[in-house]
Amino acid sequence: MSSLLLSLLSAGPTRGDTETALEATLKQHLERSGDILRDDDLQLALFLLYSLHYGGVLNVDDRWEWHPITNAARLALEDAFEAQLRRIVHVPALPEPNAEAVAAALFALTAQDSGPSLSRFVASRASVEHLTELVVQRSIYTLKEADPHSWAIPRLTGRAKAAMVEIQADEYGGGRPDRMHAVIFAGTMRGLGLDDTYGRYIDNVPAIILASVNMMSMFGLNRRLRGAIAGHLAAFEMTSSIPNGLYARGFRRNGFGDDVAWYFDEHVEADAVHEQIAGRDLAGGLAESEPDLLPDIMFGAAACLAVDGWSGEQMLEAWQRGESSLRLPLRRLGDG
Amino acid sequence: MTGAAEIVACTDGPLLVRGEFDLLGADGQPVPRVRQTVALCRCGVSSIKPFCDGTHKLIGFQTQPPIATTGNEEDANASSRVSRPGQAGS
Repeated sequence: MSSLLLSLLSAGPTRGDTETALEATLKQHLERSGDILRDDDLQLALFLLYSLHYGGVLNVDDRWEWHPITNAARLALEDAFEAQLRRIVHVPALPEPNAEAVAAALFALTAQDSGPSLSRFVASRASVEHLTELVVQRSIYTLKEADPHSWAIPRLTGRAKAAMVEIQADEYGGGRPDRMHAVIFAGTMRGLGLDDTYGRYIDNVPAIILASVNMMSMFGLNRRLRGAIAGHLAAFEMTSSIPNGLYARGFRRNGFGDDVAWYFDEHVEADAVHEQIAGRDLAGGLAESEPDLLPDIMFGAAACLAVDGWSGEQMLEAWQRGESSLRLPLRRLGDG
Repeated sequence: MTGAAEIVACTDGPLLVRGEFDLLGADGQPVPRVRQTVALCRCGVSSIKPFCDGTHKLIGFQTQPPIATTGNEEDANASSRVSRPGQAGS
């Protein structure tokens, strides 16, 4: 599926047989795929389709972004992806639709997330090879950090919009390009001898990592899912400060300096701020203004915890078996 | 928000400060600050004081008095945040 999509995109936006073939191939793959979250081919295809909106991965005709064939393929993939997420993600009981109750429910939900002991492993045991793999896995999202949630800004109003903008302004460095979180992360990559070109390691990561990023893009790009993207950001922020403190410890234990650890240090302080705003003003404010979105707010939060939990478990289990956590291991440090 | 600065006392969490304000150390010198809105530790265990690092969540820090002072012994054993009724309104 993804290779056919690539050949179609390279050919430019004209109508022809390849389009029909793409539709048919996608239909077949969706019927055959038992677990779309762990289907490398379908997650890559969806990732490439989203990349038409973000830019930076494929060097193809920009008109593909809004071409009917690419959007039809994206919608078909999203339908299947969302349906599976709604089947397998357990959504907790709904709180009252007021900001304090929603924030309390989200903090309670994220507190239950024992979280794979990935961050504890990183703090106490991870080697430089483990840390390098962690950064490669994270790079798929983090070099575009905050972008998926920014799609939601014009889809929100009032208190929820102000909260989203307040968080995102900080994510984007508060007006200082060198403090943008994605830019700080690129420095961490270089410090580990990795290539910080966006998309460099797409082939190296397993489907679940692409699924985690694709889920954010889907929630952010579909206005009807604005509840889910708000809940997602709240859960993401609420499970960030403490793990990032542990990651920073793991990097320093391996002899890396402030230049590499800065990204993680930054998130300890930043996300302790963001989690309060995201829980109370973004998710809570949205629930107050649009109570019908409450189930999706909680779904988005639960989906964030579930998918990121699975990707963390997968990484940790591979390391505990003494194996690489990557789909295609790096051949040597800094060369995928 | 009516004044230049606003402080939100977050339930079971930090003091969130936004707007125009100076953050000073005991010596009167400005505390280095890189973001517009900050969260100030009030549980006492943050490793980056005066800022919050989220550790209040690990120690069960509560900003409301415990329920256990009513003489009802059953409540005395109630585990903190999960069993405590949510805050109504905002």
